[in-house]
Amino acid sequence: MCATCGCGESEVRITDPGHGHGHGHNGDGHGHEHGGGHTVSMEVDVLAKNDGLAGTNRAWLAERGITAVNLMSSPGSGKTTLLERTVRGLSDDFPVSVVEGDQETLLDAERIRATGCRAIQINTGAGCHLDADMLAGALRALDPEPGGIVFVENVGNLVCPALFDLGETARVVVMSVTEGADKPLKYPHMFATADLVLLNKVDLLPYVDFDVERFTNDARLIRPDVAILPVSATLGAGLVDWYGWLRALSRARGLAQPRPRPVRG
Amino acid sequence: MHELAITQSVVEAITERLGDARVTAVRLEVGQLAGVVSDSLRFCFDVAAQGTTVEGARLEIDEPPGRGRCRDCGAERAFHDLILLCDCGSADIEILAGRELRIRSVEVA
Repeated sequence: MCATCGCGESEVRITDPGHGHGHGHNGDGHGHEHGGGHTVSMEVDVLAKNDGLAGTNRAWLAERGITAVNLMSSPGSGKTTLLERTVRGLSDDFPVSVVEGDQETLLDAERIRATGCRAIQINTGAGCHLDADMLAGALRALDPEPGGIVFVENVGNLVCPALFDLGETARVVVMSVTEGADKPLKYPHMFATADLVLLNKVDLLPYVDFDVERFTNDARLIRPDVAILPVSATLGAGLVDWYGWLRALSRARGLAQPRPRPVRG
Repeated sequence: MHELAITQSVVEAITERLGDARVTAVRLEVGQLAGVVSDSLRFCFDVAAQGTTVEGARLEIDEPPGRGRCRDCGAERAFHDLILLCDCGSADIEILAGRELRIRSVEVA
């Protein structure tokens, strides 16, 4: 921590696997104002700083006509496999690049780069989610092409990423049928912020006890009218619809409005 | 455990505002629909405050309940979690309160 005021010094690492190591801490000057008296009224939104940085990211992306998609899910839902396929499927339409978030390793960024797509890895260390400051650093390192799509693969975690606005254009929750249909009710905060739910690994439906109808109903109990697309990232089923959704999102890019943090309500 | 990041933001916001004034108490408002666990905040607060002017401060947390209004029938009621379902069967609820995540005030020595 910073010795002057205790602000958390980042242990976050941002790495371009092709170009050595970077460092993700954004030095921000912090002016100190001295308060007196016994009780000092603050009335500060705790997430105001993150939300401000998210707004800056949103404006930065909008200036460049870039669509940013925040992919959130449990570990193992198939986000990286989905991305490997998606970057191949879309690269003829758009410049596509990827920001990978994990606590440790460059494994995912290397997988994405193996497809020929540009990718930057954020390692959060102990951190359980990406925040707007991390994405700002990653976007600077990535320098994505204007008019393209940037996929942000959040840290695999169905809880913490829900709270942090990154400045993304859309939030997509990836759920796999092996995780069980009860997840929307168990992790409502995550589903409450979703613009789209991808139900992955549907090729395994014959082998698992997963009630698609119950899942759909419960997800819409948390987020009424949310679109739910069944896909199989390994076999390719449903990906045409996913690509169509992304193309429509990118077309509507200029019309996107900043999303207030309490997404629902 | 996003509560650690939240408490770090709390400490940072306070020290940015108050400089080297010694803080003896911090009052937070954490709505019941905010997605933040108060017990975890308490657990992380001491860690985040260590070595700062906030170290050792008492943490008080108000937890206002959620309130929502049904967009279909107009009924208003309290909610204690994010599974928002009106008695009329609708899940289309406008949240009026309960997502607060704010530093209300601090006490300085």
